[in-house]
Amino acid sequence: MHGIEELREKAQGAVDKKAAIGTDINLQEFDPAPVPHAYMADEELCELPQEEQKRLIMAGLDVTQKDRGGTFFQKDTSVIHCHSQQEGIEVLPIQEALKKDWIREYYWKLVPVDTDKYTAVAELGLHDGYVIRALPGTKSIYPVQACLYLDKEGLQQNIHNIIIAEEGSELHIITGCSTSPHMKRGIHVGISEFFVKKNAKLSFTMIHNWAEDMYVRPRSVARVEEGGLFLNNYICMKPVKSLQMYPTTHLVGDDAVARFYSIIVGSPGCEYDLGGRIFLKSPGNKAEIVARAISNGGKIIARGHLIGEVPEIKAHLECRGLLLNGGLIHAIPELEGHVDGVEMSHEAAVGKIAQEEIAYLMSRGLSEEEATSTIVRGFLNVDIPGLPPQLKAEIDRAIEESDKDVM
Amino acid sequence: MLIIEDLKVELGDRVILRHIDLEIKPGETHIMFGPNGSGKTSLLMTIMGYPQYKVVDGKMSFKGQDITYMPINERAKLGIGMSYQRPPTIHGLKTRQMVNICAGGVVDVGGLAQRVNFMDFLDRDVNEGFSGGEIKRSELLQLMAQNPDLMLFDEPESGVDMENIHLVGKTIAKLLEKDFNSDVETKSKMQKKMERTKMGLIITHTGYILDYVAADKGQVLFDGRLSCVSNPREILSCISKTGYEECVKCMA
Repeated sequence: MHGIEELREKAQGAVDKKAAIGTDINLQEFDPAPVPHAYMADEELCELPQEEQKRLIMAGLDVTQKDRGGTFFQKDTSVIHCHSQQEGIEVLPIQEALKKDWIREYYWKLVPVDTDKYTAVAELGLHDGYVIRALPGTKSIYPVQACLYLDKEGLQQNIHNIIIAEEGSELHIITGCSTSPHMKRGIHVGISEFFVKKNAKLSFTMIHNWAEDMYVRPRSVARVEEGGLFLNNYICMKPVKSLQMYPTTHLVGDDAVARFYSIIVGSPGCEYDLGGRIFLKSPGNKAEIVARAISNGGKIIARGHLIGEVPEIKAHLECRGLLLNGGLIHAIPELEGHVDGVEMSHEAAVGKIAQEEIAYLMSRGLSEEEATSTIVRGFLNVDIPGLPPQLKAEIDRAIEESDKDVM
Repeated sequence: MLIIEDLKVELGDRVILRHIDLEIKPGETHIMFGPNGSGKTSLLMTIMGYPQYKVVDGKMSFKGQDITYMPINERAKLGIGMSYQRPPTIHGLKTRQMVNICAGGVVDVGGLAQRVNFMDFLDRDVNEGFSGGEIKRSELLQLMAQNPDLMLFDEPESGVDMENIHLVGKTIAKLLEKDFNSDVETKSKMQKKMERTKMGLIITHTGYILDYVAADKGQVLFDGRLSCVSNPREILSCISKTGYEECVKCMA
C-alpha cells in the first residue's frame, strides 16, 4: 500500500499549487462535503422531472437508455445509476474499482497527481467517477453514456474517470456534464485517464452544458498504443464562467492515431482556455486537432500543440474562429518538430462572417438573419470521420439547440 | 419585365456604370458583351441588389415594382436569380442543402442534379474546391431549383470543358424556355414563343452560348456604358473582327 500513501503525500504537497495556465480559483469558496442521493433504478430514471430530463438530453444522457450500451450517472458526489448493457463492456464507479488491485495499474498513471491544486483535491477529496472498460476484442454496439450532474449550489465536485479500451476492442462513449436548472455556482474538477491499447479504437464525445457561474477544471491524459485510434470530441455551446483544460495525448505505438475535434461557443462573461496537445512518439503516428470557436462576446483562448519526436509522423492543426458579436478569440497554435522527416502543419483563422457569403445566400432567397444562421451552422458542422451515427446525431442536436442562443 | 432607366452606380468612390438604359421584356434573352473591366459583372450585381454597388441616380423596376433599393432576398423572392462566376465557398453547407434553400423547401435534389451531371458533388460543401466548370454546373443546379423569372448569367461557359459545354448550353436554354427540341413536341415553336415568360441576361466573351440559346438582343457594355443594341450574332462577328473599340465606334 506504499503507492497509495505516496500518492497522498504528493497530492498534499500540491494543494496550493496554481495551474500552469488559466485563472486561479480559490477552492475554499466551494463546499466539497458529500451530498448523498439514493440510487435510482432504470424506471426511476425515466420518472425524473421533464425539465431535468431535458437538461440531461442536452448533455447526451438519454434516461430511456435506448441505443446505449451502458449508463453511468453521478449526481453531485453520489453515483445514482451505473450499469452495462453489453457483455464485455464494464461500467463501474471508481470508488468500487479502487477496492480492486488491477485499477492501480491505471489510477494516476498518466496524469501526475501533483500537477496542480485540482489534481491534488481530486486525490485527497475524491467523490467518485467512472471506470469504463472494453475487454479485449469487444466491439461496442451502442455508445456508453456517462453523466456528471451537479445539483447542489456551491458544490465542489471531485471526479476521477478511467477509460480503458483493451487490445482490439472498440469503445464509444458519450459523456455529458450538466447542472440542474436552478443551480448557478459550483466547481467541477474532473481527472480522466484514457488507455487505448494495441489496435483498439476509442471515441470519446464530451458535451458540456454548464451554468453561467460554473468553474470547470478537467485534467486529462491519454496513451495510445500501436495501431490504436483515439477520437476525442468536445462540445460546449452553453455559458460557463471559467473553463480551462489542456488534454494531452501520447501516441506511443507505431501507427497510433489521435484526432481532437472541438466546437465552442463563448457567450458574454465566459472565459475558455482550452486546447489539445498531442505527442507523436512513434513512426506512422498521425494527429489532428480541429477547433471551431465562436465568440458571442466571450473570451476564448484556443490552444493546440503538436510535438513530433520521430520521423514519419504526420500532424495537422486547424483552428477557425468566428467573432459574431465582439468578444475575443486568441488562437495559439504550436508545432514542434524534433527531427527530420516530420510532416506538420497548421492553419488558423479568426474573423467575422463574410458579407459576400451572406449576400450569396440572400440571393437564393434567405433573409439576412437566416443566411447568417445558415453560415454559422455550417461553420460548426465539422465532419468527424469514424463517429457512430448516434453520436453524430447528438452533436447535431447540441448545435441545433444552441443555434437559437448563438444568434 | 425589367426596366432600367438612366442608372448611375458607384463602387467605393468610383462611378462604374453610367446612363444605363435597359429593357428586358417577358420571354426575352439578352446577351451582353464587353471587354474585361467594362462593368458587366457590376451591372448584374446591381440588378441582383448587392449593397456595395450604390445606385446614385436612375431607377430599376421589375414586374412593375421599384427595386432600386430593394434588399437582395426580396429581389430573389420577386423572381430574380443569378448564376455567379466566382461564388464564395460556404464551409459546412452541403450543395444538397443549398439546392433545397434555393427551392425554398424540400425538392428532388438528386433528380435535378442528374440533369447537370452533378450527383457526385451533392454532399460536398458548396463551391469548396470546385473547378470552373463545376461551379457553373452547381450554379445552374441552384437556379433550376430556384426557378426565377429573370436569370442573370455571369459568363456561364467560361472554364467549362468541351464535354460539358453542350450540357451547360442546353440547360440554360431550358431554363430560359428557349429549348425547341424537348422530347415531347406538342406545341408549335410559335406557340412556345408566345407563352415564354422567362427573361435572361447573359454575359459572354466567347459567344458559344449563342449556339444553344437564341438570344433576342445583344448589348455591348463599354467603359460603364451600354453602347449598342443589336443582333447578338452581328455584334459578335464585329467584335471578333475589329475588337471592342472599333465595334463600339462602328455601332455608335
